[in-house]
Amino acid sequence: MPQPRTLFDKIWQSHLVDIQDDGTCLLYIDRHLVHEVTSPQAFEGLRTAGRGVRRPEATLAVADHNVPTTDRALEIEDEESRIQIETLADNCEAFGIQFFPMSDIRQGIVHIIGPEQGFTLPGMAVVCGDSHTSTHGAFGALAFGIGTSEVEHVLATQTLMQKPAKNMRVLVEGDLAVGITAKDLVLAIIGKIGTAGGTGHVIEYAGNAIRALGMEGRMTVCNMSIEAGARAGLIAPDETTFNFLAGRPLAPKGDDWDKAVAYWRTLPSDEGARYDREITLDVAAIPPQITWGTSPEDVVPITGRVPDPADAADENKRQAMKRALHYMGLEAGTPMQDIRIDRVFIGSCTNGRIEDLRDAAAIVRGRRVADHVGAMVVPGSGLIKLEAEREGLDQVFREAGFEWREPGCSMCLAMNADRLQPGERCASTSNRNFEGRQGRGGRTHLMSPAMAAAAAVEGRFADVREFL
Amino acid sequence: MEPFTTLTGVAAPLAMINIDTDMIIPKQFLKTIKRSGLGSGLFYELRYHENGSEIADFVLHRPSYKNAKILITGDNFGCGSSREHAPWALLDFGIRCIIAPSFADIFFNNCFKNGILPIVLPQTEIDGLVAAAENGANATFTVDLEAQVITTPDGGQVAFEVDPFRKHCLLNGLDDIGLTMEKASAIDAFESRQQTDQPWLYRQQDQPE
Repeated sequence: MPQPRTLFDKIWQSHLVDIQDDGTCLLYIDRHLVHEVTSPQAFEGLRTAGRGVRRPEATLAVADHNVPTTDRALEIEDEESRIQIETLADNCEAFGIQFFPMSDIRQGIVHIIGPEQGFTLPGMAVVCGDSHTSTHGAFGALAFGIGTSEVEHVLATQTLMQKPAKNMRVLVEGDLAVGITAKDLVLAIIGKIGTAGGTGHVIEYAGNAIRALGMEGRMTVCNMSIEAGARAGLIAPDETTFNFLAGRPLAPKGDDWDKAVAYWRTLPSDEGARYDREITLDVAAIPPQITWGTSPEDVVPITGRVPDPADAADENKRQAMKRALHYMGLEAGTPMQDIRIDRVFIGSCTNGRIEDLRDAAAIVRGRRVADHVGAMVVPGSGLIKLEAEREGLDQVFREAGFEWREPGCSMCLAMNADRLQPGERCASTSNRNFEGRQGRGGRTHLMSPAMAAAAAVEGRFADVREFL
Repeated sequence: MEPFTTLTGVAAPLAMINIDTDMIIPKQFLKTIKRSGLGSGLFYELRYHENGSEIADFVLHRPSYKNAKILITGDNFGCGSSREHAPWALLDFGIRCIIAPSFADIFFNNCFKNGILPIVLPQTEIDGLVAAAENGANATFTVDLEAQVITTPDGGQVAFEVDPFRKHCLLNGLDDIGLTMEKASAIDAFESRQQTDQPWLYRQQDQPE
């Protein structure tokens, strides 16, 4: 009888082109997403070496990191941003790669448009020069972020040199309570295993709490795998996955679809497959989760308090906590719900999808953003923006006092004009609370869209369950 | 890529955990379309005040460490974003070897593509190296990749592990893409096999809508 295999083992083994004596593998890459920030030097490298792109049709490009979220009819004010976006357009033209320009309704955050177009499919190996490529693992695709040298390697050869990762399973059981979302679930996982908890591993998320999530929620979970240090996150494909993909522009059609689904059904981990590491988490009782510090592992429940460095496990961690408290302008012991905010950001590849906007809109409907708070919603793609407007969500947000913006990465990493001022505190649905991430001196607290919406209304962190 | 054989120089101690790539090179430096010149942005927010003046007590501004070639640091160095601008900035500053108890995967990988050697050592060894590095300009270390040994200022030796293939590529300054190009026929064979098994991966679908 063949050895039982994990989902990761199956995808890995089906993409091996070559194995060297020392175990270094040449892995075939089915799909490559490209954006403006991590690609110019790769294209320049191709030109210098006189190389072409091996499979332009397996490559899709979009500008997202630098794009303004204000009126698209105006020229981009920041010259460097404009040049970077123009460079991507020129490179795509020269190498025959499909590119969605800012004027295209399909433009959006690279990790949102891949699934939206059906570019990402189960069983694939997918890469992008961006760490949040882990998002696509929600479809049962092996998807991971790479550096620019590897972007060039994939453009030239459609392969990557890799060593296999270890298998880790995070088993998530229990039914999430009302008001608790995929974001709370993944923050709880990162809080438990730490920001390096998944290093060297691919995390497969399993259990009934994962199966119960829709594709949007699964993408949120896989998206933040990198925040746990994992090489990738994976969720086995099932009916939820197939229903999401059916009819997408780039998904298989007709006979191909039936063959593809039959193949995808063989992908889930076999009974008895071995994992190098297993973690179990019961989420039935978790309250909404929020970060207090400058690492995504700095997680507390909304009902909790800012932790005390005196309780740190070791001296290195104690020093890191002290530094984080100083940077965040917080004192140990402060109840999280007493902390006042200045800004709210709803969007990003973590939480910029339609379900996220619906969740947030449900909280703000008929309410007002607190007077001292500046709040914005940045949909993840043009198509999501269109759908939200069709459902009237834009009106809900505008009437409550939110700004309704054009799609892009925006204030998740503040490469465009959307950023925090020094000392400003932000309730953010993004993925990283690093020092300076949303603008120098800016203070980021990560949470779900519904929690960010509740914070906008209260002007301080609030327990979204009191709004339901 | 410039080969890495032996490296002799001062080591700068930066004893913090979870130094992320946003901290190594902040976003405003990612707008470049070149690889060069990023050294001035390295650790920008740790090195410069908001008005642009130097933060004098940051390690790389202290006279002893201005020409550091080695960085000794804490757990999970390079976590976060995949930006290769992080190793480019370190390299442009002059750092070609980073020693830490652990690294984030993507950053670790990116180092080797740029002729930078990341070395993993237990925290106890790191503590000893940090103490030695505190001696500043007189504290010269030698990293010998072939022998896989670090020689400390007092002549002590610390052995380290490195993946054999990555070592080979670093020692010889090999270009990965060139190596893979030699396997073109294996890639061709893979593609024709996959096209038979999973034809939908090769079908031109409708243009995206």
